[in-house]
Amino acid sequence: MGLLSLAIWTPIIFGAVLLALGRDEQARSVRWIALIGAVVSFLVTLPLYDGFQLGTSAMQFVEKGSWIQRFNVSYHVGVDGISLWFVLLTAFINVVVIIASWEAITTRVSQYMAAFMMLSGLMIGVFSALDGILFYVFFEATLIPMYLIIGIWGGPNKIYAAFKFFLYTLLGSLLLLVALIYLYNKSGGSFDILTWHKLPLGSAVQTVLFFAFFAAFAVKVPMWPVHTWLPDVHVEAPTGGSAVLAAIMLKLGAYGFLRFSMPIAPDASREWAWVMIALSVIAVIYVGLVALVQQDMKKLVAYSSVAHMGFVTLGFFIFNDIGVSGGIVQMIAHGFVSGAMFLCIGVLYDRVHSREIASYGGVVNTMPKFAAFALLFAMANCGLPGTAGFVGEWMVILGAVKSNFWLGAAAATALIFGAAYTLWMFKRVYLGPVANDDVKALTDINSREFLMLSMLAIAVLYMGIYPKPFTDVMNPSVADLLKHVAASKLN
Amino acid sequence: MIDKLSWITVYPEIVLVIMACVIALLDLGVKTPRRTGTYVLTLLTLAVVAAMEAFYALGGQTFYGFGGMVVSDPMGGWLKCFSSISLMVTLVYGRPYAADREMLRGGELFTLSLFALLGMFVMISGHNFLVIYMGLELMTLSSYALVALRRDNATATEAAMKYFVLGALASGFLLYGLSMLYGATGSLDLNEVFNAIASRQVKHQVLVFGLVFIVAGLAFKLGAVPFHMWLPDVYHGAPTAITLLIGGAPQLAAFAICIRLLVEGLLPLAIDWQQMLALMAIGSLIIGNLAAVAQSNLKRMLAFSTISQMGFLLLGLLAGVVNGNQMNTESAYSAAMFYAVTYVLTTLGAFGIILLLARVGHESEEITDLAGLNQRSPLYAGVMAIAMFSLAGLPPLVGFYAKLAVLQALISSQQTSYILLAIFAVMMSLIGAFYYLRVVKVMYFDAPEAHNAQPISAPTDAKAVLAINGALILLLGMLPGGLMTLCAQSINSIVKSLGN
Repeated sequence: MGLLSLAIWTPIIFGAVLLALGRDEQARSVRWIALIGAVVSFLVTLPLYDGFQLGTSAMQFVEKGSWIQRFNVSYHVGVDGISLWFVLLTAFINVVVIIASWEAITTRVSQYMAAFMMLSGLMIGVFSALDGILFYVFFEATLIPMYLIIGIWGGPNKIYAAFKFFLYTLLGSLLLLVALIYLYNKSGGSFDILTWHKLPLGSAVQTVLFFAFFAAFAVKVPMWPVHTWLPDVHVEAPTGGSAVLAAIMLKLGAYGFLRFSMPIAPDASREWAWVMIALSVIAVIYVGLVALVQQDMKKLVAYSSVAHMGFVTLGFFIFNDIGVSGGIVQMIAHGFVSGAMFLCIGVLYDRVHSREIASYGGVVNTMPKFAAFALLFAMANCGLPGTAGFVGEWMVILGAVKSNFWLGAAAATALIFGAAYTLWMFKRVYLGPVANDDVKALTDINSREFLMLSMLAIAVLYMGIYPKPFTDVMNPSVADLLKHVAASKLN
Repeated sequence: MIDKLSWITVYPEIVLVIMACVIALLDLGVKTPRRTGTYVLTLLTLAVVAAMEAFYALGGQTFYGFGGMVVSDPMGGWLKCFSSISLMVTLVYGRPYAADREMLRGGELFTLSLFALLGMFVMISGHNFLVIYMGLELMTLSSYALVALRRDNATATEAAMKYFVLGALASGFLLYGLSMLYGATGSLDLNEVFNAIASRQVKHQVLVFGLVFIVAGLAFKLGAVPFHMWLPDVYHGAPTAITLLIGGAPQLAAFAICIRLLVEGLLPLAIDWQQMLALMAIGSLIIGNLAAVAQSNLKRMLAFSTISQMGFLLLGLLAGVVNGNQMNTESAYSAAMFYAVTYVLTTLGAFGIILLLARVGHESEEITDLAGLNQRSPLYAGVMAIAMFSLAGLPPLVGFYAKLAVLQALISSQQTSYILLAIFAVMMSLIGAFYYLRVVKVMYFDAPEAHNAQPISAPTDAKAVLAINGALILLLGMLPGGLMTLCAQSINSIVKSLGN
């Protein structure tokens, strides 16, 4: 069993063990086993980074074995510079989320922990799959644990949210499935994604494929105007669910654009790039404005996620290396920052049981340590230099300016809106005099919460100050991807 | 002379018929209320028969017997093997249910189900219009009696009545269509009919006229729209154990006669029956899925879900021939076979849960009766959730690969109309996902109702079989290759022997 398989299956096997443990009486040991499992599965991913060869765009740690012979489906996994960081990010966020859920979850603990462990393994599977069906299996299977996570441990309106999440994303994926089978037939019986990259396809076919991919991935990102499920789901999901959703699950969509849409349908991608760019800019500006008027903290961060993911897709579809790399860096940074934002809201929610901004005020007076972390993440969310949020946004804007000055200018306005809604929220929640008795009674974060927030804080600062390891890994792969996009498949 | 009959083709059937009679006689002496002796003997018989069929099927050879009236080939062998196993599972799940409802006062349940299985066997291995028809009648007559097994129960009696009247009508259709074909081609033998039609010397109108009736009769048996009306009522009205009995193994037999009649007999008419199947598939997908959303009764919901699943299966059957070209035949029909087999496996699990949850005086047939099942029994809730997600076609469960195989068959035809059909089918399965998810929602998200809060007890054998059933849905989902190859080889041997 290779390293990648180990990274995929370790959390899933731990999840199955947890599921078998069952009973709520063993909650304590369940939590510890989950934590050990999460840490082990994170440690397993580290050699991937260590052994990763820079300067090549080839897939690494490749494992290939026949899986369903009849359809020539293989168990084919591997990572390149685009996917490597997401494997690590997923395993990392999983550890943080397990720590975050330590005390907040008291019912059906084993099922909760098992769901997160399995989800983590499945998402790593999505990022490393090189076979179309394998990708689809992992991509779809993530819906099951997430559906259960929202529906069992969610807020008052959880059932509506769980269904909306499931059906919206399933709608997109089903068209993806048809597209995959079509490509299989077109390529003479191969589900190998890398083979599809080289497959000559006509212009009409490419357009149809592009929009089939679009249906699946735009909903998952989510792009405006199919983003409406995201705020609903975030509001109802438990803290851990929101964090994983924002930090990793949204990336599955953006990753799909890189792995499927752009290299498989390059001509259609270029032809329809204006649609993608227009939708992205709307997401960045309009959704940014929508975020400004939110009363609910989770909703605000959810809309902010849509706006930030708009940056990502904008970066991809301007087709220059700095834009695409910027988009990927932004994805990773958003993974850290939005995860951290949702965990911060979770910290407050555990104590006061309200997500309304109006229920707070002057939290800094009672929770100074916590407020310091919150400030750091807020700054990262508005893209302050020195934090992870800055690098990606800056690269995307740079790339946008390179392709069209006004596009860059429009994208740059997002920095202003981002700063406005984030700082305004920060002011209303944390600053000023203590607003009410609830806030007065707050206790500062304990060492467990300190640990979890500092893990993210270190990541945010490290990436903000020294992003070189991140960009070094992805550069050759991005260059290779752009070569694919630039070469027309029409002749 | 007697050697030429090739008895080897019917040994399992002979075992079955002898054992059914022996069990009926021995049962007269059984005094225990749960009829343990009869039960064990029945299971043993089924196990022996299943093993014999699997042995034949593994041999991979095709034998004809009784002057070509019956055939023993890998497809038939596997389908018969799976039918026997499916009946075993049904009886394991159903015995406590039947015992509690005084359905075991006599041993009819066991004898009749053995005869029903014999009917299925004859249907599956029949290679002659009359033999197929005889098998069909043997199976359905036994089923009518089984549905009416609780004769004091008004709904069950009503269901039996409906089933009988509509089933007789369907048989009439089929018989009429078969006789038309006999008149036109002059033979009852499938191969001779095939060759007669392929030689193009028979008047097309007569053939198509007969074909319409045959397809209508088959659609009745499968429960495809617009001949589906009996299915929800019978599924709902019959005692749940019997619902499983008529909703499980007989689907395999129905699939087999579709292959025997439409493919082995009438493939040269494919262009004509494909259109009919396409319309029926579209109708089944629409009506099955939309009506299932509105159901609050679990059995009715599963009945409508069956209709929609049959629609999907029909899509596999119709994708076999493209513009008269048989390139796609093997992949399409083997996809349909895979679909039928995995559908039965999943249905067994779903109905098994309903059976094991039912108590006397409270059938737990409503979807709300499953509320909080996860708190009462994580095993049952887990198996039910696996079954529901699989029916919805979600990976990594076996239902996904069934849908994948059918869609692949449709799309590989490269016909725009078939690709549109594939897109339509996946859109419809999105609606399907909604009602399957609702069952999961009720089990996991809702709190149990007060009268349903006590823990669940079930016999160990049923529990073990249920766990295996659930595990198989998941395992075959992770490693579907073996079963797919098996279906492909089975269909391959049929395609090779066409017209010989």
